[in-house]
Amino acid sequence: MAKNPDNQVSAVRKTKHGTALTIFFTLLSIVYVMPIIIVVMNSFKRKAYVNRYPFKIGTGKMFVGLENYVEGIKKTEFFNAFGYSLFITVCSVAVIILCTSMCAWYITRVQTPFTKAMYMLCLFSMIVPFQMVMFTLSKIANMLHLSNPVGIILVYLGFGAGLAVFMFTGFVKSIPLEIEEAAMIDGCTPIQTYFQVVFPILKPTAITVAILQAMWIWNDYLLPYLVLDIKKYKTIPIAVQYLKGGYGSIDWGAMMAMLVLAIIPIIIFYIACQKYIIEGVVAGAVKG
Amino acid sequence: MDKAIKRYFPLFALPTLVAFTIGFIVPFAMGIYLSFCKFTTVTDAKFVGLSNYAKAFTDGTFGHSLWYTALFTIVSVLLINVLAFAIAMLLTKGIRGTNMFRTVFFMPNLIGGIVLGYIWQLILNGILANFGRTLVYSATYGFWGLVILMCWQQIGYMMIIYIAGIQNIPGELIEAAKIDGATAPQVLTNVTLPMVMPSITVCTFLTLTNGFKLFDQNLALTNGAPSDMSQMMALNIYDTFYTRQGFEGVGQAKAVVFFIIVAVIAVGQNVLTRSKEVQQ
Repeated sequence: MAKNPDNQVSAVRKTKHGTALTIFFTLLSIVYVMPIIIVVMNSFKRKAYVNRYPFKIGTGKMFVGLENYVEGIKKTEFFNAFGYSLFITVCSVAVIILCTSMCAWYITRVQTPFTKAMYMLCLFSMIVPFQMVMFTLSKIANMLHLSNPVGIILVYLGFGAGLAVFMFTGFVKSIPLEIEEAAMIDGCTPIQTYFQVVFPILKPTAITVAILQAMWIWNDYLLPYLVLDIKKYKTIPIAVQYLKGGYGSIDWGAMMAMLVLAIIPIIIFYIACQKYIIEGVVAGAVKG
Repeated sequence: MDKAIKRYFPLFALPTLVAFTIGFIVPFAMGIYLSFCKFTTVTDAKFVGLSNYAKAFTDGTFGHSLWYTALFTIVSVLLINVLAFAIAMLLTKGIRGTNMFRTVFFMPNLIGGIVLGYIWQLILNGILANFGRTLVYSATYGFWGLVILMCWQQIGYMMIIYIAGIQNIPGELIEAAKIDGATAPQVLTNVTLPMVMPSITVCTFLTLTNGFKLFDQNLALTNGAPSDMSQMMALNIYDTFYTRQGFEGVGQAKAVVFFIIVAVIAVGQNVLTRSKEVQQ
């Protein structure tokens, strides 16, 4: 990301504030990760003590080992929820990337009033809040029997299409037409042209779109809650919210364990793909 | 060439078009229509004109949620952007550990709203317990709780965007300003800020719309307690739909109002800040 890191580093290492700033940010970083450390700490505490002494380390009679985890996993069927979340996120993102990039290429290369209208509608859909369509969308999804982990992929493709088509179109416009024409003259069908020439060029944008959509879908609560048949299918956010149950009756022990289990996959994903995530966010912001 | 591609419409564009129609166009159009109807499911709609809108505007909780949301959005947009920009400025000075700090600050952004809500419910209630209060003691606690939560979540994200913007400023520009005798504050206001205007546009847009559309965090942190006083618009609409019998039409009318507000803000903000951007 840094255009000229060597230049900047040498320019700044000279300043006398360097060390002070490092110390300041180290302290700030510790404060920043504190909430997560506190949750991890509390997940090993007997549930009666979690809410009463959230900042004390759970030793002695407060310590319960993995009891909260066992309890929480049993109550929420966490591993099922994890499976559904993973399945829905991975499949939806894959389908979104494939379908919207093809669509974006089509509507950029074939300029008719119809494709222009489609592009404008995609732009428009980006500013519509979910509450506007939540009731009708969930009813339509039920009517069309989309209330399952496979059907919801179609809903995500529909509701996520706006941003994805917009970003892909922005990039397709910058691809020189000559490359595709050359492929066509050499006898490629549009399908071959797309998959062998265009899609490889689109790859950086595809990664950006994939990351933005994955972050959204993995953490999405309301759409799956309203669309899915939640007696059968719970994603992780739904499972966490489900623990709350009736008013004021949260099992804080199990809740802490579930929060930790919900965060672990995210941290692993973050550490593994940090470079792509941060680049994706920047690229997405520049085009957005 | 586009003739050859055109025949492939069913393969290239149709899947997205069908999903987009089911997932967006039809629900949106029906939503507009149903806001003028009385209904419990979508099939028993009866046209009632503007009465849903009249009920929505006379509903005190809706008006309250509008002001609460607006105030929250203003405070969070200002705090998040100022802090994110300040951190971005300091983290582009090339100090030791920059990459690690960036990693840490960005991380909360990947955690979902529901999970964030419960994390902060625990921590803020733990702190407030020392004063014999809880988050749901009054709407003010819920308000600042939500502000803290959103800062924690979003500062890292905006910081990343600001860092990219700051690093794009040509070094000569700042050198030149310094040679001309500009002081550090002058460089900031006359060179850095105008040059990162595109980043400011994006970040204010994101924080504005995120603030207005906030739902998960609100639901998990206070769920509107005490008695709907810490309820934001999205949650108010959700409650109108799903917890009040016979109010589906009013909920839909509120949703249309909500949509119009978000759309006006999004478009207005874009026009306003884009006009301040300088050509590079």
